[in-house]
Formats: sequence, C-alpha cells, structure tokens
Amino acid sequence: MPTLETTFAGIKCLNPFWLASAPPTNCGEQIMRAFDAGWGGAVWKTIGAQVTNVSSRYSSIDWAGQRMMGFNNIELISDRPTEVNLAEIAEVKRRYPKHVVIASLMVESKRDVWHEMVARAEDAGADGLELNFGCPHGMSERGMGSAVGQVPEYCQQITEWVKEKARTPVIVKLTPNISDIRLPARAAKRAGADALSAINTINSITGIDLDTLEPRPNVDGKSSHGGYCGPAVKPIALNMVQQVMGDPTAALPMSGIGGIGTWQDAAEFILLGAGTVQVCTAAMHYGYRIVEDMGDGLLAWMRKRGYNTIDDFRGLSLPNVREWKNLNLNFRVVAEIHADKCIGCQLCYTACWDGAHQCIHMDRADGGTEQIVVGTDPRYTMHEPNPHGKPTPAMTAAQSAKMISTTPIAKLDLNGAGVNSAVTPLNRIPRVDVDECVGCNLCSLVCPVPECITMERVENGLPFQSWEERVAAGINAQSDTAAHLPNPNTP
Amino acid sequence: MSESAGFFTKAPKSAEIAARFPDLHPPFEATAAVTEAYRCLYCFDAPCAQACPTHIDVPKFIKKIATGNLEGSARTILDANILGASCSRACPVDVLCEGACVMHRYNKQPIEIGRLQRFAMDALHESGAPLPFTPEKDTGKSVALIGGGPASLACAAELRRHGVKADIFDARQLPGGLNTYGIAEYKLTLSASLREIDLLAQLGVTFHFETTVDAKKLAEIEKKYDAVFLGLGLGAIHKLGIAGEELLGVTNALDFIAGYKSGKITSAPSRVAVIGAGNTAIDAANAAVRLGATEVTMVYRRGPEQMSAFDFEYEHAKQEGVKFLWHVKPSELKGSGGKIEALELQELESSADGSLVPKAGAAKTLAVDLVVMSIGQATHTDFLEGGKVKLERGKIVIDRATGQTTNPKYFAGGDCTNGGREVVDAVADGKRAGTAMAAWLAAEKQEEHHANA
Repeated sequence: MPTLETTFAGIKCLNPFWLASAPPTNCGEQIMRAFDAGWGGAVWKTIGAQVTNVSSRYSSIDWAGQRMMGFNNIELISDRPTEVNLAEIAEVKRRYPKHVVIASLMVESKRDVWHEMVARAEDAGADGLELNFGCPHGMSERGMGSAVGQVPEYCQQITEWVKEKARTPVIVKLTPNISDIRLPARAAKRAGADALSAINTINSITGIDLDTLEPRPNVDGKSSHGGYCGPAVKPIALNMVQQVMGDPTAALPMSGIGGIGTWQDAAEFILLGAGTVQVCTAAMHYGYRIVEDMGDGLLAWMRKRGYNTIDDFRGLSLPNVREWKNLNLNFRVVAEIHADKCIGCQLCYTACWDGAHQCIHMDRADGGTEQIVVGTDPRYTMHEPNPHGKPTPAMTAAQSAKMISTTPIAKLDLNGAGVNSAVTPLNRIPRVDVDECVGCNLCSLVCPVPECITMERVENGLPFQSWEERVAAGINAQSDTAAHLPNPNTP
Repeated sequence: MSESAGFFTKAPKSAEIAARFPDLHPPFEATAAVTEAYRCLYCFDAPCAQACPTHIDVPKFIKKIATGNLEGSARTILDANILGASCSRACPVDVLCEGACVMHRYNKQPIEIGRLQRFAMDALHESGAPLPFTPEKDTGKSVALIGGGPASLACAAELRRHGVKADIFDARQLPGGLNTYGIAEYKLTLSASLREIDLLAQLGVTFHFETTVDAKKLAEIEKKYDAVFLGLGLGAIHKLGIAGEELLGVTNALDFIAGYKSGKITSAPSRVAVIGAGNTAIDAANAAVRLGATEVTMVYRRGPEQMSAFDFEYEHAKQEGVKFLWHVKPSELKGSGGKIEALELQELESSADGSLVPKAGAAKTLAVDLVVMSIGQATHTDFLEGGKVKLERGKIVIDRATGQTTNPKYFAGGDCTNGGREVVDAVADGKRAGTAMAAWLAAEKQEEHHANA
C-alpha cells in the first residue's frame, strides 16, 4: 500500500500537503481546522515586523465564466501581535504534535533582530522556519521580502544569520520576480539553508475597472501592484522549480508552490523534484476541504503507477527537461484527426490557418483524402503556404453565406441542415495535409473532444540529432535541407 | 393613410390571455445567459449559422453576450435578420440552428441559441435604442410591398438600408401578418411582434393599413412605384367540402389563433376537435386547451408517422393533454339550431396501392362544441393571373437567389412563393429580394442616366 507519509529536510510529514504562509494560516484556530480537514502541515502567516493592512486587499481575474483563474493580493504579513502568534503556535503543536507547523519569518535586515525572532519561533515549538524573501508588495518597499530575495548577497547574508542561531530546518522562500531564480537559490544553499520553497507571488496588476478607471484591488480609488498566484501561475512555478532542481549548485529539498489545487498539480511539482507542496489560492477559493481529493487522488495514481512513497517518483521528470539545443531535431509528429470522434466544430481548421501552418483543409468530401502522401517534412522543404491552392477560411465561409437554407418540412426534408445531427457530415470533418504539417500541436490543443486529434510519430528512420550536435558538426541548416535529410518515403 | 410608429402601444392587452399563455421558453436571466454563452464552442463556419435561413452568425453574437457586448450582439443578429427578436421566439430551433449544433455530438445538450438570441434582442428593445443602421443616401427610387408580413418587412428594411423608399400595403389594422396574428402566443406575443416592427418604422418604412390590393389597385401601384414586392402570404384555410361547415362553432385555425391573440376570443368550449395535423393545427389545439377546453381531439386521416407537424410540436401537444384520432376523416358536421354538436367520422385504411380508402362499416361520432379546421391554406394570387407574373399551382415563381419573378419589375418572397414555411424563411426571402431589388434599381438608374446623357 502506498503512503503519503514523507520526510522533508528532516521534518516528518503525515502527507506532503501544506498550507502556504497566507490568509488560510492566519491563526491557530484556522490551522487546527485545516489539520482536521487533512492538511499535513501549515506555514504560519509570516510573523515579524509590525504592519497595518489596507482594505480592500484581494482581486482576481476570471476566465470564460470561471472565477479566480488568477488571484492577487496586497495584504502584508501578519498584522497580529507576534506574542499572540507564538502562543498559538505552541498551542497548535501541543494539540497536533504530528502535524507540521513552520514559522514564516520576516524582520528587519539586522543580525540581532533575526536571531531573536528565530529563537522565539523555535521556543514556541515550530518544526522549521521559512524565511520570507519573496513578498513582492509593501514589505519590499521597506527593504524586506522580495527586496532581499532579489539580491543574492542579501539572501545569503540573512540566511547565514538565521543558520547561526537555528536548531530546526531553515527553508528559504524564493521570489519569482527576478530574471534568474537560480541565483538567490544558490546563495541560500551557500549560506547553509536546509531547504527551499518556490515560488512566492508574482508582481501583478489584475485589472482596471472600466467604469471608474481604477485598478483592482481598490483602496480609496488607488491600487498597488500585488502578488499574483492561483491556477494561472502554475506553469511559471513549475519552470522555476525545475530550474532550481536541475541545478546541482542550487538544488535543495524543495517545497513547491504556485497554482496547486489538485492532486495532479501536486504530482507534477513532485515529479520536478518537490518534496512537499504548498497551497493557498485553491484553499481560499474552496476551503480546506480540497485536500481530501488531493490525498485520495494522489494515492490512487501512485497505486496505479506502482509508487509506494513520494520519494519513489520525486524528480522523475527532471531528466526530461533539457535545453532546447539538446532536443531531437529529427523527431517528427503530424496531426491525425480521428473522423469518428470529430464533431465538426472546425476550430482546428481556423486555428491552423490563422495561428499555425495552413495545413488543415475542408476537402474530405472533395477528393482531399485521395491526395497522395509524399512524406515531405515542411521544416526542411520550406514550402510556400498553401501549396495546393486549397480554399482559405474566408473562401469557405463565403461559400456558406451564399447557400440558401430553408426550414425542413418534417417527413419531407430528411436531409435538412438541422435535421440529422447525430453524425458529423463528411464535409465538416477537416483533413490534415501530413506533408505540410509541422507537428506544432495547435489543432490538438484547440480541439474540444478528448483524443479526437492525436499527434502521431512519423518514422523517418533518422537518428537523434540535436542543434548542438549539428553546430558541432558544422552543418548549416539553412542551405543543407532536403539533401541533408533523405526522404525515406521517396524512392 | 401612413403610420410611422407606435404599433406596440396599439396592441390589445388581455391579462387573461397573458396568464393563460406564458412563455413556453422563458427568457434567460443575465447570469444564466452568460453561462450558456460560454458553453458555445465558437465553431468556424458554424453549422447553426448554415442551418439558419437568414445565416445569422450565431457564434459571433453568442461570444458578444459572453463579453457583455449586448449592443454588438444585437447588431450581429439584426445585420442578418431584421426580425431577430420574433425569430428567436417563433423559430423551430430544434430543426434549425439548435438541431445543427455540434453539441449533439459532444456533451449532447445543444446551445440554447434561440433563448440567447432573445436575450440579446430583448436587451436592445429594453434599451430603447433604434436599429443600429442608418439608411444610405436617398436613391430617389421607391418600392411598394404588398402584404405586411415578415417577407415584406425584411425586404423593406433591406431597401431602406440601401436608400430606397419602402411603402407597405396591408389589409389588416396592424402590421406583421402571421408574425403578429398567427404565432402561438406562448411563443411570440402579438405585442412583441409589434414592438419589433416599430423599429422598422423608425428606419423609414411606411405603412398603409386596411388596404386590400386587387388587380385595379395593383395597376395604380405599378404606375407609381419603381418596383413591387409581393409578400402576400397565403389565403384562407381550405374547406372540407362536407355538409355543415356553415354551422356556428365551426371555424378555422387562423381565425381562432388571431382571435385569441387579439383578445376577441378569451375562452373555448369544453369539447374541441381540430381537423388536420400540421404545426398550425397543433398551435390551435394547444390554444384550445389553454382557453379552457377539457377535451381537445386532433383528427387526422393518416397516422403519426405522416403528420406534417414537427416531432417536438407533437410532443408538446401530448404534454398539453391533446388527444389524437388517427386514420379518420370527417364525413359530416352535425348540429341543431344552427350550432355544431357532433363530428361524424369515417375510419380509413390503406388499400393495396397505398391510397386511403374508407373502412367498411367503421364510422364513429365525436361530440363537439367547436371544430377548428387546419387542413392547409389556399393561395390568393388570383388577382395576378393573366400573365403579370408566372404562377405554379397558385404559387409565385421566383429566382431563389434574388426573389425576382418572371416580370423583372416584380419580386416576391415568403409563403406566397414557397407554399408556407416559417417566419425565418420569409425573412430570408425578403432580405435576398431586398438586396436584389436595390441592385436592380441601381442598375435601372444607371441606365436612365446613360439614356439621358
């Protein structure tokens, strides 16, 4: 039986699901309810410097009728007295000794102030410390948060101060608001950090109210850039986690953060090297109860895959991320539209013409399927667009506009346009010209029907060759095209 | 007599009819409309738009609902179909746009295109904004349109947009023809039809009511106008040709429907028989139920497989509680004191060659208080006979793409050319004819110009 129990930087965890340092971990009462719901750990809302928060604080962007695709906040660190937070940490640890409580800290960049804060947090019973070097709004204007995280030297210095004093593992939380996240990660590692967490929120303005012309969230008609998070940031976070974990001089136990809301999200972060994951926006959106499916779903997937522990699959996808120059230039896929699944929406057709390589045509009922496949690779043969002179989307639409349609009379017009909708008419099923298809994926991405458009490998008999190898061999890709790549389908 | 606007205010208001005929497809709430709009896949060269006789760019207007651009949404609809509000309610969407929706092959529930279209059109009407079109410069040309139904209205709007004067002649007191008087009230109310036509009047379409056009009147009109559009619709409902049709309590579906829609009929007696099984027959039968009849029977000489009503209309009638008598033919209408009392029915069976023949000894009597005939309409193109335009079994022969008749000065569209289809087919005919007439008139003008020079 697989287990979710795991050890992160020496900290024993019931499961890898932690609540990130944020409003869901504002106080002990919340955190105890979260533990009851199934969360394995919580990073306390950052404790430290004195703040006063504004009203309002959050804003979001919706997408296609769904709320909170992306979320933003201008809330600062905890505005509760430090002694209250510390007393509650002690209380939570007394009542939930097996659950992980991490104290997130942010104080003035002074050695003695950090030393004192570290001691107080550990005395309260925290299992570990997370140094908040990432908060991008407000605190950074006072030389804290991302103002530290953006300067590797500061990051190293403060981590060193903390490590001088700390008895529990020290996690450095990284800001994404930097051109190369590996630099502060390396600095933290040099300073002796035990672990990293990434990413913190991204500088953002979520939108402008078109009636008042004021940005959101609105504070007396004004706003300030806030920290962006939620589902929209997951790809950015995955990339940054991979960058750090793929760099031996930066990699440490990693707590992955950024847009995680499902077990699939969690699995992806773990596959790129994360040992635990932290969640905030999804819990703010739906409540603590989301953790139930995260645990359930991840366990089911592990069972199916034969993984017994988190460590069994942690980092397994890291070798599959490479620099572009090391990808196989001789690998080729082409799109295949499975006519039996096609519903005839023609989104692939318009997407290919307007957004890709003009190789999908509406000509199945018009002899298109009889076109002989030559086996050319458009990446090298440099075809002109639409070499066979197929109708453009505008021509296709114009043809329909001229069509005279009438309401079918029941029992008489059995082939009326609106009558027989169970089967997709052949003339609405697009066809891929495989000699023109560059294998970009776009059609398969826009297709609303699962597995209707698949990307099929073309066996061209060519060995692996990367750009790096090509350059090393002195091959000029521009001049050496078709001749360089023998066409296996042409005798 | 010429009217410009204010038809809506002239609609007879009956609280009782409104209560008995609530919307079959109630309007969307704003949040529901947006949610539904987001379901639309935004197909390219969409099947819904192809199936629509007026080719409304459905995905385009739906996307605009999703973004809150309701003004643009209404303009997209109106650009293709000037009676977009009526059609959104009256159209048999199951066999048109919604029937063609790719969702039938995806998550099975088609997009509710009709209700979304109504949502966008209602928003325009509620805003009080005029039609979002400005007529082009006056060409000095004028067209007379005979009949004030959807074909003529659509043609007139198209002509006005091209700077051509458009005068509509109609026999009734209010415009719209069957769109106003003939659509089941639970689909399209009389007042909703008039509200839409008010906007056409703002575009400069003029109306001449209570004007019956006969051969003499047509000759006058022909002299005065540069071209004529024939949007006559169809004539009276066929008679059965049996004894008793003159009895009190024997009516026809069109009069019955127009009667309750205009508030002249507010109740139905308890036992009603409707003769026929087309869409209009079903509208009449359902109306009888809602007007208080307790036993409504549809009488048809063939079986359910052959009925000309759409399947969804048949289902609706069954839900309303209408009963069906198949394979019977009325042989006599019996009454006493000049009033209908019973319908004598002869049972029919198929003969060896497939034709229906009376079944020996099989007759029955149906006690009724009201008989509503709905066995198809005749044409009323008699006044055009004599070679003015070519007719075929009473229908006006036209070129499908332009609506032009065999007489170049005459164009036609709608039921008088197709034998009776839907409002949207008439609108499509009218629009095509309007565009073609404007082009034809422009060419004529060009020729006159050359002749003068």
